[in-house]
Amino acid sequence: MLDVDAVLGDPRVRIVVCCGSGGVGKTTTAAALALRAAEKHGRRTVVLTIDPARRLAQSLGLTELDNTPRVVDGVDGPGELHAMMLDMKRTFDEVVLTHTAPERAREIFANPFYQAMSSTFSGTQEYMAMEKLGQLRAGDRWDLIVVDTPPSRSALDFLDAPARLSRFLDGKMLRLLMVPARAGGKSMFNLVTASFGVFSKAVQKILGAQLLTDLSGFVSALDSTFGGFRERAEQTYRVLQDPQTAFLVVAAPEPDAVREASYFARRLGAERMPLVGLVLNRVHRSELPELSAKQSTEAAAELAEEHAMTAQALEVHALLMRQVARESTVSTDFTDEFPDVPVAHVPAQPTDVHDLTGLRAVGDALAAS
Amino acid sequence: MVLNDSPDGPAARSAHDTAWPARLHVVTGKGGTGKTTVAAALAFALAAGGHRTLLVEVEGRQGLAQLFELEPLPYAERRLPDAGPDVRLLAVDPEEALLEYLDLFYRMGRAGRALRKLGAIDFATTIAPGLRDVLLTGKVKEATTRTDDAGRRVYRAVVLDAPPTGRIGRFLNVTAEAARLAKLGPIKTQSESVAALLRSPMTSVHLVTLLEEMPVQETTDAIAELSGLNIPIGKIIVNSTRPPLLADAKLTQAELKRGLVAAGLPVDRRTVTTLLAEARDHQARHALEQQLRGELAELRRPMLELPLLPDGIDLAGVRHLAGLLRAAA
Ligand SMILES: Nc1ncnc2c1ncn2[C@@H]1O[C@H](COP(=O)(O)OP(=O)(O)OP(=O)(O)O)[C@@H](O)[C@H]1O
Ligand SMILES: Nc1ncnc2c1ncn2[C@@H]1O[C@H](COP(=O)(O)OP(=O)(O)O)[C@@H](O)[C@H]1O
Ligand SMILES: [Mg+2]
Ligand SMILES: [Mg+2]
Repeated sequence: MLDVDAVLGDPRVRIVVCCGSGGVGKTTTAAALALRAAEKHGRRTVVLTIDPARRLAQSLGLTELDNTPRVVDGVDGPGELHAMMLDMKRTFDEVVLTHTAPERAREIFANPFYQAMSSTFSGTQEYMAMEKLGQLRAGDRWDLIVVDTPPSRSALDFLDAPARLSRFLDGKMLRLLMVPARAGGKSMFNLVTASFGVFSKAVQKILGAQLLTDLSGFVSALDSTFGGFRERAEQTYRVLQDPQTAFLVVAAPEPDAVREASYFARRLGAERMPLVGLVLNRVHRSELPELSAKQSTEAAAELAEEHAMTAQALEVHALLMRQVARESTVSTDFTDEFPDVPVAHVPAQPTDVHDLTGLRAVGDALAAS
Repeated sequence: MVLNDSPDGPAARSAHDTAWPARLHVVTGKGGTGKTTVAAALAFALAAGGHRTLLVEVEGRQGLAQLFELEPLPYAERRLPDAGPDVRLLAVDPEEALLEYLDLFYRMGRAGRALRKLGAIDFATTIAPGLRDVLLTGKVKEATTRTDDAGRRVYRAVVLDAPPTGRIGRFLNVTAEAARLAKLGPIKTQSESVAALLRSPMTSVHLVTLLEEMPVQETTDAIAELSGLNIPIGKIIVNSTRPPLLADAKLTQAELKRGLVAAGLPVDRRTVTTLLAEARDHQARHALEQQLRGELAELRRPMLELPLLPDGIDLAGVRHLAGLLRAAA
């Protein structure tokens, strides 16, 4: 069983990262944990959310996207809760400004390639989440930073995307592409270099000379400052391996989500990143497990005519029992493979979670399991 | 662009031509709502009556192989084994599509393959995500409009398991993406012909949603976005719906007790309060679902519902859903 209060109340724990595949409840879990840390453990807490559901954002006071933490109203108890929503483009701009002279920064901002990349490049969001985490940590303003992760299709993107972006920005491949085709040159004997010449010619034709020019302008403008940029990301990555960080993998009790959670748990192990538990979110349970689905369905059939209402209530119960059975098979797959990873179960709330009351209920459920 | 109309005569048309008139069916929705499942079921539905359909995925996730429990699919159109309807599967890989393209227009030949090892192709499709989308949709268009030697269409319908709602607008808006690329040359011509197909009545974008707040919100946003792009919108497919039990009636404790007695079940306090509480939760959920149904209805698109299959989705499940889609007029 996962002891969430032990994690949230431990002053040595400074960062909690909620990861998992999309739609499983990462943002909800992150917000519920942060609220609990502030209310029950008196910690000065900030939650970095990414793409929260609209109504949840509203009740956290995240109506303006200004990329800085804002105090959350309505929090009881001794701690503080601040919340922010990641603005990826703005964070990228800030990074450029910190590492670059103002004229150079202006040049970069004006570059159409930068504009496209800072708002659409796959991986930018993950990188910027990492960057923002680094910034929040630097100030020492917070006892605890709770991080939500981007809604990537795979939970692993959060760990992999920054390295991918780094590789890209260090520009080796680009320099190769920019070399005018010299396939006929005497030194080019192997197939790879020869075809590279043809390839880069073709790529220039397809992408257009302008795009490549923009791109090379962008990369060379960034080149001089990029060292600092990457260093920071590497530093943050190391912090994630430190015991001050606690990873929670969030999954819905469905085969795909639990499979993703297993990949992630394995990967965290390989990277020596501290995984403290699995949160199975939106699970169903019944207080009446002894009335089986089968028994309930049979009774419902029998009562259909004379006692229609009771029959329907029994059908509702049968549906629930079947779901409980399905979910428990799925979660057993995980616990069989990771017997040492503690699990918390959060029941599916009858309606969506979009206010502090709902978050408290989720927090209580997390702590109760 | 030349879009020959189908040479199959009216006799070859089946009833569901009226329900699903397009040739290219693009299935999108929020992540996890059932895009892959619904796309597969639709491909089966359209194949009924001996037609050949193509089911395509473009995200490199091997979702179709997983669904049908097959080995990872190659970049080739393969008939779904186990006979049944003639559904072909294709996993379009952007790298392969780029190589195919380079081969076609620049005669790169096998040499291109060597570039893969260098990561060059990954790089090229990464710096220009628009290029990737143009290549992927280009391949889909090619399959949709392909004809055999006799000039007949190879596929009666092509169903695309598309990227999720958050990315669908950019994915389908190929001309805008291509405008950032070369101003001339084959890629430009190609993207224009793809854009024309995607804006023609041959195409229909269907939105899969659950009766949950976020998927419904994303459906609303996607419809607004696609309408703005003049891309034809098809149906809203509400997936995984539950039966409307106890929909509009109150269940009293006394009634429940009488029923339980009649069925010979225990009527102790815990049984009664638990069943009542479960019934209330179900009703609360149902009320919320009704509200979301109302919001979807306001979008004024044809809507249909697919039930939650209690045992999950396997081949039999896909066929069952296909039957429901076929019946929907
Ligand atoms: N009608 C249904 N009844 C029962 N289970 C369903 C139904 N539709 C989908 N599912 C299940 O829901 C899960 C998600 O479905 P699916 O993979 O089709 O969604 P998707 O939108 O393609 O997801 P992704 O965004 O990850 O590609 C799967 O486990 C699938 O089996
Ligand atoms: N335990 C729960 N019970 C009911 N609804 C939930 C629960 N957890 C999450 N939700 C709802 O599910 C949706 C997705 O949750 P969210 O936290 O945004 O997922 P993610 O961040 O993983 O994409 C939201 O509408 C949220 O209110
Ligand atoms: Mg989220
Ligand atoms: Mg899918």
